[in-house]
Amino acid sequence: MPEFGWFSLLLALGLSVYTLVAGAAALWRTRRRVGVAVDDGSGRLGETARRAGIASFIALSCAAFALVWASFTNDYSVSYILHHTNRALNPAYKFSALWSGQEGSLLLWAWLLSMYGFVLRVRHKVDVRLSAFAGTILAGIQIFFLLLLNFAAPPFSIQPGPVAADGFGLNPLLQYPEMVMHPPLLYLGYVGFSVPFAFALGALMMRYPGEKWIHITRRWTMVTWLFLTCGIFMGAHWAYSVLGWGGYWGWDPVENASLMPWLTGTAFLHSVMMQEKRGMMKNWNVWLIFSTFMLTILGTLLTRSGIVSSVHAFAQSDIGNWFYGFIIVIFAVCLFTFFKQRDHLKSENRLESLVSRESSFLFNNLILLVACFTVLWGTLFPILSEYVQGSKVTMGAPFYNRVNIPIGVFLLFLTGIGPLLAWRSTSLRSMRRNFVLPTVAMVVALVTMVAVGLRPWNAGDDARATWFSLITFTLAAGVITAIASEFLRGAAVVRTQTGKNLLKSTILLVRRNTRRYGGYLVHFGIVVMFIGIAGGAFNQSHEQEMGYRDQMTLGPYRLVCQSFTQDSNPNYDTEYALLDVYKYGKKITQLAPERRFYKASQTSSTMVALHSTLENDLYVIYEGRNPDTDKPIIKVFINPLMNWIWIGVLIVVLGTVLALVPNMARSAARARMELEPPVAEAHHV
Amino acid sequence: MFSRFISGAMVCLLAVVMLGASPASRFDKLGHEMMCACGCGQILLECNHVGCPDSDRMIGELRAQLKGGGADTAILNWFSTKYGPTILAAPIRGGFDNVAWITPMAVFLLAIVGTGFLVVIWKRRTRGAGVVVAAAGDAATVDAMRERIRRETEY
Repeated sequence: MPEFGWFSLLLALGLSVYTLVAGAAALWRTRRRVGVAVDDGSGRLGETARRAGIASFIALSCAAFALVWASFTNDYSVSYILHHTNRALNPAYKFSALWSGQEGSLLLWAWLLSMYGFVLRVRHKVDVRLSAFAGTILAGIQIFFLLLLNFAAPPFSIQPGPVAADGFGLNPLLQYPEMVMHPPLLYLGYVGFSVPFAFALGALMMRYPGEKWIHITRRWTMVTWLFLTCGIFMGAHWAYSVLGWGGYWGWDPVENASLMPWLTGTAFLHSVMMQEKRGMMKNWNVWLIFSTFMLTILGTLLTRSGIVSSVHAFAQSDIGNWFYGFIIVIFAVCLFTFFKQRDHLKSENRLESLVSRESSFLFNNLILLVACFTVLWGTLFPILSEYVQGSKVTMGAPFYNRVNIPIGVFLLFLTGIGPLLAWRSTSLRSMRRNFVLPTVAMVVALVTMVAVGLRPWNAGDDARATWFSLITFTLAAGVITAIASEFLRGAAVVRTQTGKNLLKSTILLVRRNTRRYGGYLVHFGIVVMFIGIAGGAFNQSHEQEMGYRDQMTLGPYRLVCQSFTQDSNPNYDTEYALLDVYKYGKKITQLAPERRFYKASQTSSTMVALHSTLENDLYVIYEGRNPDTDKPIIKVFINPLMNWIWIGVLIVVLGTVLALVPNMARSAARARMELEPPVAEAHHV
Repeated sequence: MFSRFISGAMVCLLAVVMLGASPASRFDKLGHEMMCACGCGQILLECNHVGCPDSDRMIGELRAQLKGGGADTAILNWFSTKYGPTILAAPIRGGFDNVAWITPMAVFLLAIVGTGFLVVIWKRRTRGAGVVVAAAGDAATVDAMRERIRRETEY
């Protein structure tokens, strides 16, 4: 099977090279014949390139299958399988071994890229020429990853010497259900940005008329953004549940690497609306999507080259130079194309008022980019410091929290006011009408918070965090009211038109404009997430040795140790404690925090015990045993409003899916068109 | 009314500035401003390795420093001298370390001011161009305007 995998990778490389060369040649030969079909062989050459691109997906699927097969059949002659699996490993984790190391994750990257390319090439009739450009550019990107897989980081390398009886096992941190989903989702997001990038670059190269390329790539971008969002937050949830330090985001360079393209991608999703509607910000949008793609590559460079230290050290190697080269090539191609075609990107309109939807989009974009810059700055500053001062520094959570929280709060503010402003210019009357309710809600929320005891001026050392929480809760009340009033105002108009009740009118309203109201739902989800994040200001923790019948009290909870013991299975040994949990004197649950020792890899890992409610999470960690007393050491956190973060993410996902659904009117029109005889086809051609 | 508001604000500000921190909260604060030296990449008080070779000793040193009555900065400097600058969770030694803090804030402010400035310039230019659009009133322009209104009010 390793030979089959090797051959498949080599074949995929050959096919991708053909796709690039033949595709580029076909496009070059027809460069001055936009929209005209000329049968001089170029069309057939382009078609062979397209088919080669499709075949490369099949070849890469075979390679991925070969690696998974080797994992399931315990083929320890393959070095990668030896180092990342063992016989006792759960089958689900044997599958996830595909992306648990450097070579496998690069193979996953290449395979997902080829899959996106496959979908693009199959759907090429949406716009044949633009798809040909995008497909050729994607082939160029794919060649880079296939060169890595064939020459720099081959996943099918044979282990020298006799075949081992068992493998070294999977990193224990990765043996968790979410880890089966988190990396592929993150990669689907990372890799997916290649598609809008390829379309943008292709559209610029061919001087594509109008904004149709944006319509074509909108769904790609949104789906990609959705995957990246799910991947990031699934990773955060994994960190929260597995790493056992009570938090969910540690500002590690690898986490930062995933956040940066998410921020620029979010900015792109907003600013692209200005291009669609008003033909503005064309230069900006092109560079936003270029930057987003380059940030995905830069993120990979940062985490794999070892130039910044990361807890994801298992992914480091010496392939950084390949990524340096690739980024330089990509940047040069983007820059050259931009300067050659920049006259094609002239704006059709300009901003007319500071108080307008366009203006709010512009500020929103800038704030997202500033946030991205801050994260990049924090990630790279240790290198700069070493260069200037001769010593590295640590850029940990205190830096990022202090710098990014004000930016986040400002972004929350813009999330609220943006949708209330009209396109072009907002009149004073409309502002008064739209802003009264949110302002009242904010005042009520502020007074209520202070009345119930949220007083930063009494918070001592926690004053800063409490101030930001108070501001966040106040703004959140305003933004939620603004979003609700948008729904209600629209529904009231529909109710007047149709006579239906408010609920049915709201559903009809949403179905008529899924993109707009899906977007509002996403904003609502973001606000809910902010509320959850702001709850972090009130975290409490306590650590204590707990023998039989020992008790610990934290906040409203009392924990009583009922027993502590050990267990074993073929994969790991475990130690755990059984703790009865009481709230206000009433028993509510029993928790069993544990610590596992994985035999194959000789490493240990924490399994956090959680009691989760809307109000707070009771987060219990088994830290180990005191060697002197043999009693377990238990650490307990109360993390207020944690669930709001995960609920917020679900709302964001729901909103994005809703925004992807076609509008009811458009669907009905399409259905009518399908029923009618195709008389318009000749005109269309 | 205004003078009462100002007085209230001053009281709040003084309360924030003057309130003394208890030793327990100082321990918590300083313990979250340092990294564990074991290389786990975690904040000192959040390092949860069983048998971590460094965190217990460092926590003991922190308690001893607090008992000794040193100021927060002096304690952090003591740790920085003993374990190297990477022990601090954020660069706070002054000098070039300040660049780490100033740059993001400077970029943030520049972005806000720059964008505002840009919008004002664009607005002035558009005002001149608006007259030409308004003057053209033929059927084609009206149709184009209708299409534009439809597009711009779609979502």
